[in-house]
Amino acid sequence: MGRCLPPPQPFWINRRGLFAGAAGAGAALGGCANSQIIGFDKRAKSLDICNNAEPDSLDPQMCTSAWENNIVGNMFIGLMTEDADGHPIPGMAEHYEISDDGLTWTFFLRRAQWSDGRACNAHDFQFSYRRLLAAQSLSTYASLLYPIKNAEAVNSGRLPVEDLGVTAIDDLTLEIKLEHPAPYLAQLMKHYITLPTPKHIVLKHGDDWVHPDNIVVNGPYTLKRWWSNYIVHLERNPRFFDASNVALDNLYFYPSNDVNAAARKVMSGEAGWSTRFASNQVADLRKALPGYVRIAPFLVCNYFSLNCTKAPFNDVRVRQALAMSYDRDFVATQIYRTGERPAYSLVPPGIANYPGSARYGWSGQPMAARREAAERLLRAAGYGPNNPLRFEFSLLATSDNPRVAVVAQADWRAIAPWVVVELHSFEAQVHYANLQARNYQIGSAAWVADFNDARNFLYLLETRSGPQNTPGYSNAAFDQLVLASDNEGDVDKRAQLMTQAEQISLDDAPFCMSVFLNSNNLVHPDLGGYEDNLEDIHRARWFRIKNG
Amino acid sequence: MLAQALRRTLLAIPTVLVVIIGAFLLMHAAPGGPFTSQRQVPEVIERRLERHYGLDLPIGDQIVRYVGGLLHGDLGPSMKYRDKTVAQIIAEGAPTSAVLGFSAMALALAIGAGLGILAALRQNRAQDYFVMAMAIIGVCLPALVVGPLLQMYLGVDLRWLPSSGLYRDEFGLRYLILPILTLSLPLIAVISRLMRASMIEALRSNAIRTARAKGLPEWQVIVKHALPIALLPVISYAGPALAGVMSGSFVIETVYQLPGIGKQLVLAAQQRDYTLVMGVVLVYSFLIIAFNLASDIMYRVLDPRTRAS
Amino acid sequence: MTDLLYDDVIMPRAIRGRSLWEDARRRLMRNPAAVVSLYVVAILVLLAIFGPILWIYKIDEIFRDRVAIAPTFDHLHIFGTDTEGRDMVARTLFGLRISLLVGFAATLVALTIGVAYGAIAGFFGGAVDEFMMRIVDVLYAIPFIFFVIVLMTLIDTPDPFVKLMLIFMAIGAVEWLTMARIVRGQTIALRNMEFVEAARAAGARPMEIVFRHIVPNVLGPVVVYATLNIPVIILAESFLSFIGLGVQEPLTSLGRLISDGSGQMINAPWMLVTPAATMLIALLAMNFLGDGLRDALDPKDR
Repeated sequence: MGRCLPPPQPFWINRRGLFAGAAGAGAALGGCANSQIIGFDKRAKSLDICNNAEPDSLDPQMCTSAWENNIVGNMFIGLMTEDADGHPIPGMAEHYEISDDGLTWTFFLRRAQWSDGRACNAHDFQFSYRRLLAAQSLSTYASLLYPIKNAEAVNSGRLPVEDLGVTAIDDLTLEIKLEHPAPYLAQLMKHYITLPTPKHIVLKHGDDWVHPDNIVVNGPYTLKRWWSNYIVHLERNPRFFDASNVALDNLYFYPSNDVNAAARKVMSGEAGWSTRFASNQVADLRKALPGYVRIAPFLVCNYFSLNCTKAPFNDVRVRQALAMSYDRDFVATQIYRTGERPAYSLVPPGIANYPGSARYGWSGQPMAARREAAERLLRAAGYGPNNPLRFEFSLLATSDNPRVAVVAQADWRAIAPWVVVELHSFEAQVHYANLQARNYQIGSAAWVADFNDARNFLYLLETRSGPQNTPGYSNAAFDQLVLASDNEGDVDKRAQLMTQAEQISLDDAPFCMSVFLNSNNLVHPDLGGYEDNLEDIHRARWFRIKNG
Repeated sequence: MLAQALRRTLLAIPTVLVVIIGAFLLMHAAPGGPFTSQRQVPEVIERRLERHYGLDLPIGDQIVRYVGGLLHGDLGPSMKYRDKTVAQIIAEGAPTSAVLGFSAMALALAIGAGLGILAALRQNRAQDYFVMAMAIIGVCLPALVVGPLLQMYLGVDLRWLPSSGLYRDEFGLRYLILPILTLSLPLIAVISRLMRASMIEALRSNAIRTARAKGLPEWQVIVKHALPIALLPVISYAGPALAGVMSGSFVIETVYQLPGIGKQLVLAAQQRDYTLVMGVVLVYSFLIIAFNLASDIMYRVLDPRTRAS
Repeated sequence: MTDLLYDDVIMPRAIRGRSLWEDARRRLMRNPAAVVSLYVVAILVLLAIFGPILWIYKIDEIFRDRVAIAPTFDHLHIFGTDTEGRDMVARTLFGLRISLLVGFAATLVALTIGVAYGAIAGFFGGAVDEFMMRIVDVLYAIPFIFFVIVLMTLIDTPDPFVKLMLIFMAIGAVEWLTMARIVRGQTIALRNMEFVEAARAAGARPMEIVFRHIVPNVLGPVVVYATLNIPVIILAESFLSFIGLGVQEPLTSLGRLISDGSGQMINAPWMLVTPAATMLIALLAMNFLGDGLRDALDPKDR
C-alpha cells in the first residue's frame, strides 16, 4: 500500500490526440495501480464517491441535476453557501442588506481569490449572471433566476444584457434588483446555477474554460481530471478562503448508473460514499454495512399527473376517486421500505417557513370507506357497469415506477370491476415529452425542489407554467393566491397564502400524490461532517476524518 | 488477393455512408429529443439549442452537414455533454474497450482453442463431454448474471480482486481481470465448440490422412497440418465477434463501472444524443468492416487450399 | 452481439432428398443427451402453455402481507414471492411462456425472411446476389443495440402484447442476416446439382425451383441453426430487459425476471435463482437438442 506516484502523463485527450489515450493505456500497467483502492483513505485523505450519473457539464451554468451539483458545488462558492446541515450561510458574501420594499438586495463580498491568484470579486458575479441570462445563453436552468429584474426579458432577447438587475457597484459590493420581493433569495443564492464563473478565464478560453488545463475555481476543490463516463477527480485548492479547514485532499466521483454495482463497491470498501441505494434492500444493507445507511427526508414528491384537459380526468370527481383509493401507505411502507412518507399533501413536510397544514379532505379515513366513496363518485360521474372507466397509465420504465404502477393499478381495479387500467411503459425521453405535450391520460412523475421553499411545488400547477404544468390545471383562485404570495414580503403571511393555494389544488386533485421520497445514502461511519439534511447536499468542505 | 482486399476496402466507404445515413434517419425518427427532460426547457432556450446544434435544419441539410464534418475528421459536439466533442468522448472510452475486447478475445482464443482441441482429440470420451457441457453452460449464462455474481463473491465477499472500476485515473491490470473473465466466458464457450467441430473435421480430412500415411509424428500432424485448417472457422468467427465485443459490452461496462464505448452507445441512444450515437455507430461500422476484412485475409492466408495454389 | 455463431463454413454440406430425415431421426434417437433434451423441451413447452392457466396464483395478484418472502410451503409459495408480493411460481411459468414465445416467434421471423432471402440470392447469383449481400453487409454494420432501441421507440402502441410482437420482430430482424448467409452458402452448393437441372429442364420457373426444390433441401442446417438460435434470442431479450426495453408490465419474461432479480441478489436471491435456473435448463436442453440434430443430420460427425 502506501502513497502512490502520480500518473506519468495527463490522460485528458484533446481534439487532436485521438490515440494519446491508447498510449496512456499502455503506460501505467504495473505497480501501484494494481493495489486495492481504499474508498475512504484516512492516510491519503481521499474519498471515492459513487455519484448518481455522469455530469452533462461542469460549467455550473449548464448543470441541471443533483449529481452535477455534487461536483460543481465543491468547486465553486456562490454568494451564499451551505453548512453541513444544508442551511444557507455566508459564502462569497460576508453579509447582505435588504431594502425596505424587499426589491433590492445588496451583497457585501469578502476578499478572496480564484485558484490562480486573481481576485474573485463582484465583477465576476456580474459577468456570470449576465452570461447565464444573456440572449445567446444555452443554459436550460436560467429561468430559476427570473425573479431578478428584467431577467426574463434579457433571456428572451427583448432587452440588452446591460439592463439585467445585477450590478457590481464596486469590487466588493454587488446589488441585485428584483421583479418582486423574494424572501427566499438567500436560499436561491446558494443554488448551483448562481455559482460564479471566472471572468478572465471564460473570456480567454470561451467554452473550453472547463478543461482542467484552463479552469480556475474559487471553492475548496479544483478539477484535476475528467475521464468521460468514468471518473471526475477533484483536488484540493490551496487558495480557497477557508482552505485551512478543509480536511480531504482528493475526491473521486464515479457515475454509477447501476445502483447495485455501487452498493457492492461500498461493500468491498472501494467507495466511501454512495449517493443512493435501492430502498427495498435497506434491511440487508444495514446488516452488511453497519453504520453506513443514512436515510433522511428529502424534498421530492412522487405523484401521478392526471391530464385535466381530456376525458376522463377533466371531471374532478374521477380525479378525487382515484386519489382517495390509491393505497399510498402500502407503497410507502412495503414498496419503498426506507421510511418514505405517504403523501397526503402537495408540499413535503419540513420545508422551510411553511406549516404544511394542507391535506386531502379525506386523509384520515380508512381505506375501505375511501373505496366506497370513490365508487360513489365514479357512479355520480356517470361510470358504471354499462359505462366502464377505462384509462391508460403511462409510466417510466425505470427505477421503482413499474413496481408502484402495478400496485396503483390493483388499487383502482379494486374500486369496482368496471374500472379498467392499462399500463404502458415508456423510455424517459419519450415519457417526459408526452407529459409536457399533454399526450397522456395519467402519468407517473416526480418533482425535486430546486431550493428549500414551498414555491417550488406550487409552480407545477400554475397556469403560466405552461408545459411544465403537466395536468393542464388552470384555477384562477389558485393562480391569484400564488401571485399574491410572490408579492408578499412577510414570511408568515406568505406561508398562509401558499397554504390556501395548496389546499385548493388538493381539493381539485390534478395530481394523485404518491409518496415523499427519502434521500438514501451509504456513508462510511468515520466520515465526519456529513449531516443528513432536507436538500441532500453534502459539501466536502465540511468533511472530517474520525478515528484516523 | 490484394485486389480483393482493395476492392473490399473501397466498397466499405459507400457501405459506411449508407450506414451513417440510415442510422441518422432512424435516430431522428425516434420520438423525443436530446433536450427533453423532466424539467421542461423554456421554449426560447430550446429553440436556441436547436439552432446551435443545427437541429432546426431540414433533415437532408443535417445529413450533409454531418458528413461534411466527417470528411474533416470532425464528429461534432455531443448534444448531452456540453463540454466535450464526440471525438473526445470516444477517444476516452476507446482504449478501455480495446483492451477489454482484445484481451478477452485473446484469452478466449487461447483457452477455447485449447479446450476444443482437447475435446476433438478425446472425442466422445469423458473430457469431450465435460468440455462440451462447460461450453454450453458458458453460452447460456448471460453476463448480467455472471457479472454481478463474480463481483459479489470474488470482489466483495472474498476480496481477492477489486470489484469495479479501474485504479482511479490509471489502468491497473488487476482491475480488468474480472471484466475480461466475464467477457470471455461466452467467447470461450463458442470458440471451444467451433474448434472441436472443425478439428474433428480436419482430422478426418484427406490431407491429414496423407500426412499420417507419410509417417509424420502425431504431434506434427495435429499442430502443423490439422490445426491451421481447424483454425479457419474460428478466425472467421473471431473477427466480427471482436467488433461486437468491443462495442457491445454494455453490461460489463455498467456492472464493472468501466469507461467504454459500449456503455456510451446505449446511454446516448436512450438520451437521444444524436451526434454521440452516430459517432459510436461509425466506430462500430469501421470495426466490423475492418475486422471482417482482417478475418477474411487471415483465412485466405492460412487456408492450405489457396496456399498450395 | 455475437451473430456469427455457425457460419456456412462448418455447417454440413447440402443434404439431398427426403429419405435422410428418416435416417436422421433414428440417429437422433440414439443420442442420449439429445433424447433427454427433447423430453425436457417438451415438458417445458407444456409447462409454458398450461402452467400459468393451471397454477393457483396469477402473475399480477399482489399479496400485501407476503412481500418478498423466501420459498416456503405456506400458501404454496414454493419459489417465494417477489418484492411486490407476487408469487414466483406463477411469474416464472409465465415468464417461461413469454420467453419461449419470443424465442420461437423471432426464430420463425428470422427463418422466413432469412431462408427466402438467402435462397433467392444464392440461386440467382451474379448481380442480384452481389446487391442483396451488400445490403446484408450494411445491415450487419449497424449495432444491434442501437437498432433495437430505435425500433422499440419508433413504433409505439399501448397494447403490451403488440409491443411483445415488436420485440420478436426487432430481434428477428437482426437474426435473419446470419440465416440468410447460411442459406445462401447452401444454395450455391446446391444450384448446380442434377435435380436442379432436371427441374429446369422440366420447365419450372426460377422462383418455383427456389421454393420447391432448394428450400426443402437447405432446411437441415437451417433447423439446426434455428434450434441453437432460440437460446441466443432469449438471452438477447434478457439484455433488453436489463436496459429497460424488454417486455414491460404487466407481462414478464425470464429475461425480465432475471434482470430484476439480479438487482435483488442480496435481499431476495430466490428472485434470481428460480428464473435463472429455469432459463439455464431451457437453454441447455435446446443446445443439446440442436447439437444432437446437427450430429444426426450430418452423417460424418458421429
